[in-house]
Amino acid sequence: MEWIAQISQYLLSGLANGSIYGLIGFGFTIIYNATGIINFAQGEFVMLGGMLTVFLLQLFPLPLVLCIGMAIGTTLIIGILFERLAIHPLKNASPITMVIITIGASILMRGLAMILWGKDTHPLPPFSGDEALALGKATIMPQHLWILGLTVLILILNRLFFHHTIYGKAMRACSVNPRAASLAGINVKTMVLLSFAISAALGALAGIIIAPLTMTSYDVGIMLGLKGFCAAIIGGMGSGMGALLGGIILGLLESLGAGLVSAGYKDAIAFVVLLVILFLRPGGLMGKGEMERV
Amino acid sequence: MLKIENVSKHFGGITALDHVSLEIQEGTITGIIGPNGAGKTTLFNIITGLYPQDGGDIYLQDRKISALPPEKLVRLGIVRTFQNLELFGRMTALENVMVGLHAKSSSGLFSCAFGFPRQRKEEAFMRERAYEWLKFTGLADLALREAMSLPLGQGRLLEIARGLATEPKIILMDEPAAGLNTRETLNLAELIRKIKAMGITVVLVEHDMELIMEVCDHIGVLHLGRKLAEGSPREIQDNPAVINAYLGEQ
Amino acid sequence: MGKRNFLIFAVFSLCILALPLLLRESYLLHVFVFIGINTMLAVALNLLLGYAGQISLGHGALFGLGAYLSAILTTKYAINPWMAMVIAGTIVSSLSFLIGFPILKLKGHYLAMATLGFGIILYILFNETVEWTGGPSGLPGIPCLKIGNLAFDHDLANFYLVWIFALVTMMGSLNLNHSRIGRALRAISDSEVAARILGVEAWPLKVKIFTVSAFISSLAGSLYAHTMTFIAPASFGFNFSVEILTMVVVGGLGSVYGSFWGAAILTLLPEWLRVFQDLDIIIYGILLILIMMFMPQGLAGLLSVKKRGP
Repeated sequence: MEWIAQISQYLLSGLANGSIYGLIGFGFTIIYNATGIINFAQGEFVMLGGMLTVFLLQLFPLPLVLCIGMAIGTTLIIGILFERLAIHPLKNASPITMVIITIGASILMRGLAMILWGKDTHPLPPFSGDEALALGKATIMPQHLWILGLTVLILILNRLFFHHTIYGKAMRACSVNPRAASLAGINVKTMVLLSFAISAALGALAGIIIAPLTMTSYDVGIMLGLKGFCAAIIGGMGSGMGALLGGIILGLLESLGAGLVSAGYKDAIAFVVLLVILFLRPGGLMGKGEMERV
Repeated sequence: MLKIENVSKHFGGITALDHVSLEIQEGTITGIIGPNGAGKTTLFNIITGLYPQDGGDIYLQDRKISALPPEKLVRLGIVRTFQNLELFGRMTALENVMVGLHAKSSSGLFSCAFGFPRQRKEEAFMRERAYEWLKFTGLADLALREAMSLPLGQGRLLEIARGLATEPKIILMDEPAAGLNTRETLNLAELIRKIKAMGITVVLVEHDMELIMEVCDHIGVLHLGRKLAEGSPREIQDNPAVINAYLGEQ
Repeated sequence: MGKRNFLIFAVFSLCILALPLLLRESYLLHVFVFIGINTMLAVALNLLLGYAGQISLGHGALFGLGAYLSAILTTKYAINPWMAMVIAGTIVSSLSFLIGFPILKLKGHYLAMATLGFGIILYILFNETVEWTGGPSGLPGIPCLKIGNLAFDHDLANFYLVWIFALVTMMGSLNLNHSRIGRALRAISDSEVAARILGVEAWPLKVKIFTVSAFISSLAGSLYAHTMTFIAPASFGFNFSVEILTMVVVGGLGSVYGSFWGAAILTLLPEWLRVFQDLDIIIYGILLILIMMFMPQGLAGLLSVKKRGP
């Protein structure tokens, strides 16, 4: 049955892409929960992860792992700088202002990346070689396993962090009720900073683990960021688990749609799903059924 | 005029209001007092349609208004002011009051965009009326000042002027004296009496006891979501349960 | 509008209409046609953003849809271009109505998300439906507009064509600003709860203004199609939506003249920066951030003579 093989292939790549969208969406959710802001620059953290790793590899003859670590670290610092310079000073600004600022920042980061590294696409070496493995009738790349494995790891770490550490619980408290949280002694400002740092690191990681499969360039952030954002909305903007779930669903729909229906419209799928969710269940799949009506 | 019947409200596990009943007589000034967290603002929010109650009903002149949204309620004659000023900061004082005339005017998007004569006439009329209300509250000199730049006392007065422009039957004021000094509070008391003289019913949530005792005809006391007592200022002052509730808070 | 404001607008209009006398040289005249179109777009977005406080990230695509509808109706179906413009505008505003209707009921920035998604879907459609749009290589041969014997096929005629539309749009917006509806919109944006308490029906108004804003954007698109006679998807992507947003922000949210200045600066800037080909996108980014941080009122705020009392 050849079509089983084909479908499995689609499902597999859908799962891998979906995990990435989920991780990116998760980053959106963390910042949204801590600050109420939709960070349109999230996609650029993803781009920076991949591009910085490529850049460091070219510059220094260091092992891949080290470059990855440095790239994530650098992106984390950039995330912190962004929060300190552009978010923190404007804590009282209107939501419109914040949205426009994050859009501006995203354009800026993209533009700087273009100046520094040009417009070419760059490949990143797969983490453990590119020998395809056979899984039933489908072929699976080791990189797929890395993606799935790391995503599961992040899921577990997420659970541990947000439910079993003091910082994680503090962040959850902030997202539910910032005033009460600060009265309880939680430093909300630190939580905001932490949320940007974590989101930046997660975004960078996502960008790095997908790069061996899809190449990276200065403008991958746009589509990846937007799709990650769709994932977050599909899952329900406040829910991290929802974002991961939304991402997987999105990845699968996209892959099946592109494979079975038409490849040219592949990118449109994410946004059609987004619109459908916004119309039917704006709270997302894991959110409350009805969003707060005006 | 306004009947609150057995109203209850829960927020998650917290009971903000527990079967509260209160009747507001027409043409009076009624005060609603109670220690912090008693549910006063919640009650206001429910009456003015910001969210629904979980139990009970509200009647305006014997008409049930329980599920109506604010936009409809203002056309029935209910308006409110806010504890934390909700002025239209970027507009002038005059413009703020003119928004109060929104429900009394009708020019639509196209008449406004193309400047039809009927719209222009209505605009001139609205401007004049708004000016009258500013004069009524003593803010005429500040008509063209940006609302954001007004000090608290005048901001409060502006919110009241704006509410009055809707020509309400009943106006609910949420802590209008909070943050005002003695002179401003006296001014406010004067204004509240003027409003009563116009035949408008006033309901006042306040912490400033002097103001309450000074202007109110009738007082209701809320504590921990329940009505604790109700009566004339004298009766409330001497009520031991009320005294306890407040002392208990200290 | 008030006599004083009307006078200011009259002077402004006269200056604009007299510009061709100054700009005899064809090139700048040509650029000013674009400034006119961009002014329409910026004013349209400002209605939504500056007055109602709602963000749309899809205006570039609405503009594009108007352009493509006009182009297709006139090239494939030989419909009268003026008629096509109206049909295109109706279709675009109806679509926007359908989107705005459910989305604007929700609290928060759901319109930004929906318009973002919708804009990208349209962009992909422009590229993929090759039999209709010609795909990425574009759609050539769009007929120009005509009135009797006068054909709008050269810069001078196009300048006046576009600027009549742009000035009418500006005037409508200025009128709106000083009217009951304009105040209601600004009230919604400053404090929606207070606006509702005073009887302003927020949701219907938001939907109306979004629809009008879309209609104007579509008109601008149709004008663009007929004056350029050639259109391609690349002009109508997310980048352009951001560009329009930047124009509004630079000029000042809520300021009609600001939208003109924003459009002028951002249309001329790439011309001046032709040397720094790709730098324009960085400059937009920096502009957006710096202005929102330090000068949120935009240029209008700088030049404002609003009375601030003693």
